[in-house]
Amino acid sequence: MRRGPSWFNIASVGLGLAFLYLPIVLLVAYSFNAGRLVTVWSGFSTRWYAALIEDEEMRDAAWITLRVGLISASAATVLGTLAAVGLVRGGLFRGRLLFAGMIYAPLVMPEVIMGLSLLLLFVALGQARGFWTLTAAHTTFTLCYVAVVVQARLVDFDRSLEEAAQDLGCPPWRTFLTVTLPNIAPAVAAGWMLAFTLSLDDLVVASFTSGPGATTLPMRIYSQVRLGVSPEINAVCTLLIGAVALGVALWGLVGRARTRAPV
Amino acid sequence: MGHRSWLAAIPPYAWLLVFFLFPFVLVAKLSVSHTVLAIPPYAPTLDLSRGAAGVRDFIGGLSGDTYRRLGQDHLYLAAYLSSLKVAAISTALLLLVGYPMAYGMARASPRSRTLLLMAVILPFWTSFLIRVYAWIAILKPEGLLNLVLSWLHFGPVEILNTPTAVYIGVVYSYLPFMVLPLYAALEKLDPTLLEAAADLGATPWRAFWRVTFPLSRPGVAAGSLLCFIPIVGEFVIPDLLGGPQSLMIGRTIWTEFFANRDWPSASAVAIVLLATLTLPILAYQHQQARALEGRR
Amino acid sequence: MARRLNIGAVRSSFAPWADPAAVPLARFEGVTKRFGDAVAVAGVSLDIYEREFFALLGPSGCGKTTLMRLLAGFETPDAGRVLLGGQDLAGVPPHRRPVNMMFQSYALFPHLNVFDNVAFGLRQDAMPKAEIRARVEEMLEMVQMASLARRRPDQLSGGQRQRVALARAIARRPRMLLLDEPMAALDKKLREETQFELKELQARLGLTFLIVTHDQEEAMTVADRIAVMRDGAIEQVATPAEIYEAPASRYVADFLGDVNLFEARVDRVEPGAAQVRLASAECPAGFTALDDDAPAPATQVWLAVRPEKMTIALEPPPPGTPNVLEGQVWDIGYTGDWTTYLVDLAEDRTIRVARANASRLVDRPIGREDKVWVSFAPDAGVVLTR
Repeated sequence: MRRGPSWFNIASVGLGLAFLYLPIVLLVAYSFNAGRLVTVWSGFSTRWYAALIEDEEMRDAAWITLRVGLISASAATVLGTLAAVGLVRGGLFRGRLLFAGMIYAPLVMPEVIMGLSLLLLFVALGQARGFWTLTAAHTTFTLCYVAVVVQARLVDFDRSLEEAAQDLGCPPWRTFLTVTLPNIAPAVAAGWMLAFTLSLDDLVVASFTSGPGATTLPMRIYSQVRLGVSPEINAVCTLLIGAVALGVALWGLVGRARTRAPV
Repeated sequence: MGHRSWLAAIPPYAWLLVFFLFPFVLVAKLSVSHTVLAIPPYAPTLDLSRGAAGVRDFIGGLSGDTYRRLGQDHLYLAAYLSSLKVAAISTALLLLVGYPMAYGMARASPRSRTLLLMAVILPFWTSFLIRVYAWIAILKPEGLLNLVLSWLHFGPVEILNTPTAVYIGVVYSYLPFMVLPLYAALEKLDPTLLEAAADLGATPWRAFWRVTFPLSRPGVAAGSLLCFIPIVGEFVIPDLLGGPQSLMIGRTIWTEFFANRDWPSASAVAIVLLATLTLPILAYQHQQARALEGRR
Repeated sequence: MARRLNIGAVRSSFAPWADPAAVPLARFEGVTKRFGDAVAVAGVSLDIYEREFFALLGPSGCGKTTLMRLLAGFETPDAGRVLLGGQDLAGVPPHRRPVNMMFQSYALFPHLNVFDNVAFGLRQDAMPKAEIRARVEEMLEMVQMASLARRRPDQLSGGQRQRVALARAIARRPRMLLLDEPMAALDKKLREETQFELKELQARLGLTFLIVTHDQEEAMTVADRIAVMRDGAIEQVATPAEIYEAPASRYVADFLGDVNLFEARVDRVEPGAAQVRLASAECPAGFTALDDDAPAPATQVWLAVRPEKMTIALEPPPPGTPNVLEGQVWDIGYTGDWTTYLVDLAEDRTIRVARANASRLVDRPIGREDKVWVSFAPDAGVVLTR
């Protein structure tokens, strides 16, 4: 807007961002604290990271979380992209209203309800809970996020590009692969990232749908957090934050390289 | 793509029918069952191998007892009301914090806008659980907040395990969900509209209330619904920050389910919660669909 | 105002539509297309011949683009048939139709460079690589874009993009090229140049072109025949000169260029002389017009007269001159090549009279508020019944 930001604008954005980041910064800082007490700084140390590497339960949990995240995010990306195509390009097919409802509802549905209902499904199917029930559960709610992200891009996508491809002799399915997909790829990738992060993040749905052999990292962190703050948890959290920051940075670099690429 | 693009919807449609819609039928069914000491820990179960007799026994075994108990036990009612209250107050607080933030972002230069947007989204990518956990270290009695206060010669405050801690945690966790839709609405606003308002004699304050705010209303609606609905069913924040006495419905479901192993009660509570939220959820869907149509 | 009339009339020897034995390349037979309650195309029948440059002209929303999209296969008719080379196109998907389209937005694939954009259509039918390369190079040479083959669409100017879109659309050698407002995004100067290039290209390749445009000047410049559309129906199909000089309706007369319309009634038809006398409240002496197919006496008609076919003078014309109107100059518009006089005939009744500025005289003899006499020859006006 014309006159640029006022002091009030700057202050509200600045304070808001400080509010968002301060707790995270503190958490990261205290993960390098030598002492066990979280509030007393007793020197820099990486001992909690060393302890973490020794912690087999944490390692297992991390490995399971990662695998669930990779598989469910990939499945959710395929299903979610298809859902977006159906919603945006499918016209007014029968049952579209219900379909759109099922896409939007999980975005706001309390996780406890999602978790409970999925658990009952697996019980009714006689399916022992574990890795695959958890993966299916994560696929279900993350596919809706992918669908919404891809849908937004598809709506903006110039439809005449698809028509041009068909006009030039390209059949519809090949048009999707050679013209539509390359152009909505950033949204599809963003959808995958979102699904992956949501899967890594999830505690509630996982608690309902996972079984004894498949304890995820958030579940492990949660059970320890209930016992109180510990520097080891700070270290785990710092590693997770670091991984996310790295991912975002790489994403940004790739994006920049792509836009700068000469010809 | 051709007129058969709706075919693409079939796999996700089938998936959601099985993994999203059908489970709700199960929840509804379970809410009219009763607990037994067995696996699964509820009865009746539908035994189709016995044919019509199985169906008759099944239907005969259903009862509204759980709902009756829900109505009689005022603890449930208190949990519902408290959840709605927390969600309403939190949403108001989020608007209060989020609107100036989104407005400030929208007024920044295009270059810094992208950076600010990234800065708001970034915490969202880090774990929800971690962010709530970070507040424990700050708010607990011997925590960082009291450390700072004691330097400033203020008495220690007790925040952890109080409703205040829940509000702080909720506002903190949901802030990006409020700021992003607000920002999206405010960023689209044509700055010449404000110039026109000023040209027609409106003071900046009046121009804001008569032009900016009405035009940002879709963002306010989207942000409020996006926050309000999940907050009502929130579990992690009251559980970690609210202390044992904090009463919220998401926590009730969790406790009934995991601690008491009373699956029918947990289901009945969930069904009532869902019924309460149906209206806001439909409003949210309507709002989303309209926003999308508008961009076509 | 259309001032390049002679161009439209140049190729008079080419007129397959006048030959009853000629077989049309594309044919619309009673085609109707609805979108919900709105009728976009209402029972259109139309023939387009091989090697013709055909224009669909009309305001936005008249159904011209829908008609073209019916031929490309992006819409299916609710009634009627669309035929190409005698074959009914019903059920043939867009990618199997031997027509290609140049989109208004150009629809260049942003993820492919110029070369790959042009090659896109050729790669769809297993053409050998070397052949594709040769064809693409030939096409790019033709539109003078060979040096920019490695560029991406977002690195091109509007005019360059337009050339690439054209090269891509003709690379497959379609039976017919469809052009949807191909010059809408270009500025005026470039647009005029491109119009002539397009005509030249069409003649050289011997292709059939169907162009959709709302710009009457553009349609008249490029097309052999024009179909003027209104509310989903065709008002008139004819050569540019016919459309301009012998419009079929008030709508056509008004849509192409400026026109003055006088409400009148047929008074009597002069046998043999092909002359018709009209009674009108606007001209007490009545109008005289040439018409060899005049409607019966007492029919309600309109006399349409183009502003440039009228003469304006400060003195009354000699007695006996037909079609004389008295008025007062209300305003004068000077556009360099032409001067347009707005002449008030009566309260709330203004006509336009245009005069070519043949000399460089700056001081025009006729000024505002001057009393003037406007007249026109009997062959200047067209008698319209609708």
